[in-house]
Amino acid sequence: MKRWLPLIAFAVLALLLGFGLKNAGTKNLIPSPLIDKSAPDFNLPLVGQPEVFVSKADLLGTTYLLNVWGSWCVACRVEHPFMNQLSRSGILPVYGLNWKDEPDEAIAWLKQFGDPYSINMSDYSGRTAIDFGVYGAPESFIIDSRGNVRYKHVGVLNQQIFEREIRPLLATIEGEVSGQ
Amino acid sequence: MGNKPMKNTFIYLILGISITLFSAFSVAAPPLKFDNEVQESRFNSLVAELRCAVCQNQSLADSDAELAQDLRREVLNLIRSGKTDDQVKDFLVQRYGEFVLYRPRLEQSTYLLWLGPAVFFLIAALFIGLVIRKRNQQFLEDKNRPNNKDENPHDD
Repeated sequence: MKRWLPLIAFAVLALLLGFGLKNAGTKNLIPSPLIDKSAPDFNLPLVGQPEVFVSKADLLGTTYLLNVWGSWCVACRVEHPFMNQLSRSGILPVYGLNWKDEPDEAIAWLKQFGDPYSINMSDYSGRTAIDFGVYGAPESFIIDSRGNVRYKHVGVLNQQIFEREIRPLLATIEGEVSGQ
Repeated sequence: MGNKPMKNTFIYLILGISITLFSAFSVAAPPLKFDNEVQESRFNSLVAELRCAVCQNQSLADSDAELAQDLRREVLNLIRSGKTDDQVKDFLVQRYGEFVLYRPRLEQSTYLLWLGPAVFFLIAALFIGLVIRKRNQQFLEDKNRPNNKDENPHDD
């Protein structure tokens, strides 16, 4: 028994370190407490149409992707071609949450890089983003037709992540709706 | 026409300087006004034990990130509106998760965290106890053996 003790200690340590290494890439990601809960209420003006307000209730009935972005956000620029592509594909509507941004700059930015957002809300104060637990753009939420947050991705969303994590979820949501 | 690029450079320079100055100013003097000292001390102790989500190894009090500034303002607003410390923490936990608490609560998911040290202590204590008992027995046996040897001459 005594002879094996160092080996056992080593094995336990190796397991622990291996576990740490495996999770090293995700250790900065904070799991959202909003998943599978009702999305926070919001009522925000549209980018470019400050007199038109859109609320959470207005968006019920459709499952959509809510993309948190800003013209000041460099990573959003990297992500943007995928948002354009997703919007064109018609898989689900892509709505924008323009986070702490000047509307003029947001509009100019969309003119330059393309506008995937069929609805684009302006969160100038950042108060709605706080309710959504946003801590860094870009972030993407999947909100189902009943207004529940089903998924959150922090960082640049791409085709690969979409196929792996979002497409199966959309099938699940589809199943729930038709199962009712 | 030839002047325009120059003019633009000048404008950008001014803009750059003013942005730098302004941000330095905003960092040095966060525009938070307290109604009284109790409120201020409550605010200070709260933001010191709430973690900033953007800059994950800083508290809300330490961070200069824009989000941290917004959240500090939010915390102050909540205190102003008569919320208790726990309600303020709940507000942030509901949005950003348990992660924001530097002192996690005792819950099913944190049992190991809170009780782990005690469990390890008990295991260690048990182990040490066993070792001591074994050594004691060994010692007594060792002591008895020479005694037996000592007694032997008497037998002769």
